[in-house]
Amino acid sequence: METTIDIVLLTFLCITAIAIIYIRKLFCGIMLLGIFSLLSACLFVTMDAVDVAFTEAAVGTGISTILLLGAMGQTNAHEKRPPYQPLIALLVVLVTGSVLVYGTMDLPVFGTPDAPIHLHVAPRYIQQSPIEVGPPNMVTSVLASYRGFDTLGETAVIFTAGIALVALLGSSQKKRPPCASPPQPATLHDHLILRIVGKMFIPLILLFALYVQFHGDYGPGGGFQAGVIFASGIILYSLIFGLNTAMRVVSPKALRLLGSLGVLLFGGVGLLCIALGGNFLDYNTLAARPVDGQHLGIFLIELGVGTTVFAIMVMMFYAFSLRGRNTS
Amino acid sequence: MYAAASLAILVVMGLALIRAILGPTAFDRLLSVNMFGTKTVLLISVIGFLTNRPDFLDIALVYALVNFLSTIAVLRYFEQHKSAPTDQKESQR
Amino acid sequence: MTILDITTALCLTAGCFLGITGGFGIYRLPDFYTRLHASSVTDSACAFLILFGLMLQSGFTLATVKLCFIFFFLVLSSTTATHALAKTARSRGLEPLLGREDKR
Repeated sequence: METTIDIVLLTFLCITAIAIIYIRKLFCGIMLLGIFSLLSACLFVTMDAVDVAFTEAAVGTGISTILLLGAMGQTNAHEKRPPYQPLIALLVVLVTGSVLVYGTMDLPVFGTPDAPIHLHVAPRYIQQSPIEVGPPNMVTSVLASYRGFDTLGETAVIFTAGIALVALLGSSQKKRPPCASPPQPATLHDHLILRIVGKMFIPLILLFALYVQFHGDYGPGGGFQAGVIFASGIILYSLIFGLNTAMRVVSPKALRLLGSLGVLLFGGVGLLCIALGGNFLDYNTLAARPVDGQHLGIFLIELGVGTTVFAIMVMMFYAFSLRGRNTS
Repeated sequence: MYAAASLAILVVMGLALIRAILGPTAFDRLLSVNMFGTKTVLLISVIGFLTNRPDFLDIALVYALVNFLSTIAVLRYFEQHKSAPTDQKESQR
Repeated sequence: MTILDITTALCLTAGCFLGITGGFGIYRLPDFYTRLHASSVTDSACAFLILFGLMLQSGFTLATVKLCFIFFFLVLSSTTATHALAKTARSRGLEPLLGREDKR
């Protein structure tokens, strides 16, 4: 039964991908990318990868669409027709693709339990994780404890991307003349229903983000997903009530501080472990019992990751919106 | 029982996908993305019950919240950029 | 097959029928506003029936509370999104397709 669902979803995915490539209107492409992300999340759910589906759900439909729209606002809305037909490139791609597909025929069948990938470190993690690390959600224990270094790298990548975007687009409104105020209130009063429903939704979204952050040990969730959902709540507030109001609530200065604090917290926990006598990011040294130390260490670094992701996402949204407003 | 329900939801998703690819105006596509999102929420809930994993309901909850955000973002974009093309016929402007 | 199972099967069937009707409507109807009507009306009812059927199956556990939340958010957000879509389409000048006059 699950095979049928998989086949149908993959067919839809192929159709969407072909449509995205062929349609030249960029807005339509962005909508279809939203559908693509929804289909990917369904596929991850059928493959039992809950944390990945969670992240895809949080990032793909909300933030990704908004940032792509912001980018499209700076350029044309139509893709230019290429001046020549890239036939040689098509030939190269077809040959390389068929060689790769031929190479996959030697791989073990998808999902067999005795494939080498399942016998390498996975049995050790599965057996030792409840004893050494503790949380019932093994994905969190692998992400935060066994492979904590990789997670530090990912957080640093997100932070660097945010800095690069702000350096390119600018983040403050100091250059605007003080007398020009945008006619925001006129549009707000029109949207009575949106404002009321927004007031109901936004606190629940923020509360759910906190639930996801702290419940990441027991169910799907964790720092990345929580940061993105929290940022989605603030972005919804900014869309409904205006960019100026949102900037008074969550100011760009506070966001810069929060973004750096998150990465600092993560690295700081690692250095604290060295100061207490262990290796970098060795949480066993943080408390009297190693399992307590692991719990505390995972809690702190997830907090750091969530803070950085939230700050960077909202900073990116502010950067795009400010630039769009200054030029339109 | 759940299998039949999930197949039916997949059929609806296919029809919405056709409308997203065909739809002449941009609003048609936005409508079909919104409907696709609601059907995805239902599909994930049903698959969760099909495979006996109630953890999936968290994902469905996230989608129900975030789908709204994406639709509102696109609509505000249309409002603020009066010159964004929506592929309507010229006689309707 | 207990009464609960039969009721769940009925709810799921009705929900799927409504969903397919909505999907068919969004495919076949001629104009944006008619498609909007089809999708929003059937979406809320389909979501209610399917989620209610699942709630009957899961008894009085945390899963039922989560399903209640999902239903609440889905109904609220999908109807508000419909309203916002119609409003923006109207303000951008999309005219509804009017029927022809009845010739008497």
